[in-house]
Parts: sequence; C-alpha cells; structure tokens
Amino acid sequence: MALTVRAVRTWSWLHKWSSLVCTVFMLLLCLTGLPLIFHHEIGHLTGTEVEAPPMPEGTPHVSADRMMATARARYPDRVVQFASQDDENSAIWFFTMTPTPDPTEDFRSVAVDARTGEVLAEPRFNEGFMWVMLKLHVDLFAGLTGKLFLGFMGLLLLVAIVSGVVLYAPFMRKLDFGAVRRDRSPRIKWLDLHNLLGVVTLTWAFVVGATGMINTWADLMIKYWQFDQLSHLLAPYKGQPTVPAAERASLQKSYEVALAQVPGNKLAFVAFPGTAFSSPHHVTFFLKGDTPITSKLPRPVLVDARTAQVTAAPELPWYLTALLVSQPLHFGDYAGMPMKILWALLDIATIVVLGSGLYLWLRRRQPQTLLKEAGVTLAEEGAA
Amino acid sequence: MNGSFWRMWGWPIVLGVLTTSGLLAALLSEGWGDIWSWFGLGVPVAIMGWHSSARTGRKEAEPGA
Repeated sequence: MALTVRAVRTWSWLHKWSSLVCTVFMLLLCLTGLPLIFHHEIGHLTGTEVEAPPMPEGTPHVSADRMMATARARYPDRVVQFASQDDENSAIWFFTMTPTPDPTEDFRSVAVDARTGEVLAEPRFNEGFMWVMLKLHVDLFAGLTGKLFLGFMGLLLLVAIVSGVVLYAPFMRKLDFGAVRRDRSPRIKWLDLHNLLGVVTLTWAFVVGATGMINTWADLMIKYWQFDQLSHLLAPYKGQPTVPAAERASLQKSYEVALAQVPGNKLAFVAFPGTAFSSPHHVTFFLKGDTPITSKLPRPVLVDARTAQVTAAPELPWYLTALLVSQPLHFGDYAGMPMKILWALLDIATIVVLGSGLYLWLRRRQPQTLLKEAGVTLAEEGAA
Repeated sequence: MNGSFWRMWGWPIVLGVLTTSGLLAALLSEGWGDIWSWFGLGVPVAIMGWHSSARTGRKEAEPGA
C-alpha cells in the first residue's frame, strides 16, 4: 500500500512548509529551553537561589502580616501583588512588589525568613542570562503577542511532526529500523539520521510541543476564568473599588481561614486584591495537596479582603486543570535529575532533527531529487 | 502486509508507548512512577544513541561496501 505520487507530494509540501516556517523559532526554543531545564541547579550554582540559614526543626514562624510588613518597608511606594512559599523550604516566603496591581515586568522580589521576619535576600528574577533565556523562550520580549506567535509556531511544529510520520513510511520501506546508510552520500546519511531521530523523539516532541502551545494561552485562560467563574461570585461587590491595603483584614487570619477550608493542603501562592489571579475584593489563596497530582493542581480559596471570611473555594475548571497538568509535561521537572538529563538529551536530538531537516532542504536538488537518491518507490496514480 | 507493517512500525510504536507511559507514570506516582519514567524515556534515548553512533553504522555498511 505505497503512497501515491500525489499523496507524497501533498504531504511533502505540508512537511516542508510547516517546518520551514517554524524551524528557526523551534531552534531558538530548543536552545533557550536547554538551560531552562536546569534553572534550579544553575540558580544554586550561581548563588541566585535564596537559601535560609539552618535553625532547629520546628522553630516557630512569625505571622504573615509581619513578613508582609518587612517586604513593604523595603518598597513603601509599591504594592504587594503576590506572595508565595519556596517549593523546597516553607521557611522562605517571597513577596512580589509592583507599582500597581496590574501585570507588569517591573517587579521586585523580597525573600523573607518566616522564622525571623527579616529580609533574607532580594533576588532579581528579571535580569541576567537566565532571564533573557526565559523571555526569549516564553514571549520573545513581546508580551502576549509574542506568546501567541510562539504558540502558532508550536502548532506548525505539530503539523510538521504528523506529516513527518506519514513520510517516514515511503522513505523507510526498504530499510530496517534505525539503519543509517553511511556508505552513501552525506545527504543520505543525514536523511536516515533525520528519520531515525525524528521517529524516536516523535512522542516526546509532540507532547512538549503541544503542552508548550497550551502554555501560551495561559493568560487568556486566566482572564476567561475570571469572567466565566468569578463574575457571579463578585456580583455582591458590584461598583466597589479595589479594597485599599489599609482596609484589609489580617493576612495571617485570612491565611488560617483559607487553610481550614481545605484541610491538609499547603500554600502555593497568594494573590492580592486587583491582581490577575484574584478579584478586586479578595485575597485569593492557592492551596495545593501533597499527592503527585494534587500538588500540581492548586485550589483557589477566595477570602474577602475586608472581613477575612471565605467567599468561595471553586473547583478549577477543566481548562485550567489542563493548563496546570500540561506545565510539568513541558518543563520535565517532575521526576528528579535523571528526567532532566533525559529531557536535555531529547532536546538536543530535536535540535539535530531540525538542523538536518534544514540541511536536507538546502541540498534538495543536487544532483538528483532526494526521493530518487533515497530509492523511494511510489505507487502509480490511483493504484494505491 | 501485516509483516511489513510491523517491520516498519514495530519499533516506533514500542518506543512511543514507552515514552508515553514514562511521561504519565511520573505524573501519577512518585517513587516507582519516577523510576519508570527514567526507563520509559531512557530506552528511546539509548536506542537513538546506539543507532546513530558511528561504530554500529560501520558494521551495517560493510556488506554493501
């Protein structure tokens, strides 16, 4: 059941153009993604990762209000947008300080020691080599437009992968799996390597490409969630301005009320009133469980900013669940160092697939077509 | 037809299933799930390395040379 001449032409056209358009961007994403796999380890090595001095187990924590006051004293002219606990050490709290509650690149981070209430460090997440890598990887320094553009490039990658699988058949018909013909021209050798690495990395590249594309829609999904699920919760607050900092209830009290709502959970992060992850009238606590799945699916608890009463703890909608589950599948950070190393090797193999694909296109007609040189047999029109 | 289908697609399917199971196992369970993911992703990476290394390539090329 060989493909017809016309079918091969159509799929080749699709494979050629979908890949050509996205290749340069995919090379950029693979190269910038490589250090990002190890951002945690690189942070530890370069000393940008915040560490807390050792203290006896069970040293009591000061109140969240005191920690927030410490952070605000550093930047009296800024507001607190988010607060979070360090993933590995719950004694470290981070406060994100911005000029207004609106999303911005202009933020300062203050790390506070929960046991002393003192500033530990002021890590600058928005500068340096890793920041440039992250921005190039996420949005090309072009905000939402850049994200959506890269998402579209991701979609083209998926088209290139599917069309590549279809074309694998005619090229491999006479060959064993994994055969690399080194005794022929360099073009044939690279064709065979392209097919071998392409078909082996197929599933991984498809998953990482698709989850990366889903991640580019994150901002839009959060906006939709606010409109879709929060708007009816907020009806009683209609017409009221964002609750000013001076009129807010105790953060510690709100935190305890939120924790009591979902027993056994712990804090992922807090979003303050008026920010992208909250409402103008709530402090929203995102709490996570301790199973592999629930630790990745934080549950929002909306606490009234004035009264410290829980307004609601809505279940996450399916699209945010999909977004949150897709993140580890893109980052490769959920099974320790061996997985990170395998992620890096698969990333490098993908770079070879992209590079060899580009090479094969540049050398497409010298001196005969690749199809001919590779000995591809095609069915006559209509014979398939 | 059946034989030729499996000859072409057998390995890609096995490696695809291994990769998928590895990606999912670590999401669903810590401990064994993590270990399975290293195996599920490690085998495809090892097979890529084996076939693209020059040593095995030369051996395959000899009869035709």
